[in-house]
Amino acid sequence: MGIAATVRKFIATNGLGMALFMVLGVSFWVLVLVVLPQITMVDFSFRPKLPPAAIGGPQDVYTTANYEYFVKGNPGNPEGWNRVDVTVFWRTLVAAVFVTVFNFVLCYPVAYYMAKVATGSWARLLALSLVVPYWINEILRAFAFRIIFGDAGLINTVLKTLGVIDVSIDFIRADVALYAGLGYAYILLMIFPLYSAIESLDKNQIEAARDMGSPWWRIHWRIVMPFAKQGIVSGCTMVFMLSAGALAAPQILGGPSSLWFTQIIYQGFFEYFNWNRGAAYAIILLVSCMAIVLGVTKLVGGKAGEIGR
Amino acid sequence: MKSGVGVELENLWIKFGDFTAVRNATVRIEEGEFFSFLGPSGCGKTTILRTVSGFQEPSQGVVRIGGRNMAGIGPNKRPTALIFQNLALFPLMQVWENIAFALEVKGVPKAERRKRADELLELIALPGQGDKLVDELSGGQKQRVAVARALAAEPQVLLLDEPLSALDLKLRQHMRTELRAIQQRVGLTFIYITHDQGEALTMSDHIAVMREGVIEQVGDGKQIYDDPASAFVASFVGENNDFAGTVQAVDNGQAVVATAVGELQARIATAARGALKPGDSAMVFIRPENFTIVEAAKGNGDGNRIAATIANEEFEGQSYHVFLEGEGGAAIKMSLTNRGQARTASAVGQQVTLAYSPDQAVALPAGAMADEE
Repeated sequence: MGIAATVRKFIATNGLGMALFMVLGVSFWVLVLVVLPQITMVDFSFRPKLPPAAIGGPQDVYTTANYEYFVKGNPGNPEGWNRVDVTVFWRTLVAAVFVTVFNFVLCYPVAYYMAKVATGSWARLLALSLVVPYWINEILRAFAFRIIFGDAGLINTVLKTLGVIDVSIDFIRADVALYAGLGYAYILLMIFPLYSAIESLDKNQIEAARDMGSPWWRIHWRIVMPFAKQGIVSGCTMVFMLSAGALAAPQILGGPSSLWFTQIIYQGFFEYFNWNRGAAYAIILLVSCMAIVLGVTKLVGGKAGEIGR
Repeated sequence: MKSGVGVELENLWIKFGDFTAVRNATVRIEEGEFFSFLGPSGCGKTTILRTVSGFQEPSQGVVRIGGRNMAGIGPNKRPTALIFQNLALFPLMQVWENIAFALEVKGVPKAERRKRADELLELIALPGQGDKLVDELSGGQKQRVAVARALAAEPQVLLLDEPLSALDLKLRQHMRTELRAIQQRVGLTFIYITHDQGEALTMSDHIAVMREGVIEQVGDGKQIYDDPASAFVASFVGENNDFAGTVQAVDNGQAVVATAVGELQARIATAARGALKPGDSAMVFIRPENFTIVEAAKGNGDGNRIAATIANEEFEGQSYHVFLEGEGGAAIKMSLTNRGQARTASAVGQQVTLAYSPDQAVALPAGAMADEE
């Protein structure tokens, strides 16, 4: 089909008004909201930090200095590598993987229960009780966790009252509060893809496996999880990406000695006013996360397109 | 391969809240036989099957498999294998993995599993298809894979929940023969659930006909068809003409019933012997194939004749059906075998007399009838 014919058919199917609106809306979204900001960021990241007057001048040339800084640090750095930034970067990725795995382990049974065991109004009530806490702002929720995990917080008080501990446990310093907060922040993004994937599984398949003598763990491993693979991949992707990119929770719940890589990016932009280095760091994080997600997806045999589902 | 064992249901009641799905069912299924539960949807037959397989606990009563009480034994521990109505094959596994799943559960090494799967593929006449995905198979092939998968579990009782209902007519008829042949080859006890009386009659050694949770009759196909135990069985199994009336006389196993189309003479069904007395409400059932058209209208009343007017005719290939109207608007259907020659000189609007042999008519106490489908 020629281009003219394609356009005519598109207009005929959708009507002129709707067709125009779709074309304009999609173009605006893709170009203005996705492509341009990313290009600007990439462009920023490959330029040196200059005073406003020098921007566009002879010094404003493309350079990989910002990326080199991430690896090596300052030229005079005796260690030869940027210990702080690389360590934080690495730790952030590992922590995000940990939060993702923890979240999956927590959410899979809940999603399975909601999809295949609970029925009727009970199931709806469960779904509602999952959603309601998210009507509260993310930052407020993080503070709530800070209070729960604080020195004189709910958990320490209960443990002391029960006589389990004498001295308060510093959950903030141990990053327990951070992991719990991050885990909780993205529970919905894990549960709902899992739920919708498991929900469409024919219950007879589970019964057939059981009828053939299968223990429960094998039913999940061989029947339910392979079937729900798309949901697992998309839930894990979202939780991983958002944990690695979280800012509010690490800011509020992180211990004094633990930095999240996003906090370093934030510092680059708003404390050192070095937007170029900030942009380079942001791109390092984005590309690394994408590489991890694509790699893992490939490993489990899924298609990249399934991530968005 | 293990041989089949018997299954006994003893005073089985199954209730869901206020709803009673199965009432006081007592059946003895012999080892190695093909036994069918036949009834309309909602009659409780699937519930019985789920109870035998262990997915449903009885409210009261006992299920025994091979003489062993199954109370408290889960579906994964029973010597039964269930074939689901929608087959429930695992779509993400290859055909051979599907078949060998029960062996995988038992921890049989992979090479042995594959060998066994290939043997079973031979048995179901699908050699070399093991590496395909389930969805690459046709409906009939999937059907047979489901049978092989169930057989791989080495059950002693195979339970089948209307597995043929999704197939088209030709394939369904073919699979009936196939299933029966497999059953005879492996010698297992088959318990088959169906609402299709044709399936039940062609395959089964014995059939239990159910209505609203109650087993109305257990017998072989011929008994059920020729000697129904209730008005429901008579009207549900096969086609039947029914004539309601009052018993006039009972003599020598035969009854004379006064109906809207006259007095009809009929053999009293075995199950109703002694139960019909003059004055009782009764029904006479005469199958369409048991009528013949005799010479011109002679009127009603001599016991085995009915006057009627031809209303319509339907040609079905091997037979044609004549729809008639008797006295008082009674709808009567008769079937004639098509022998290829010119048909009898019947015509719409013609008045005829139908005759039947009282031995081929059945008198039963009035009772609930099967709904028209």
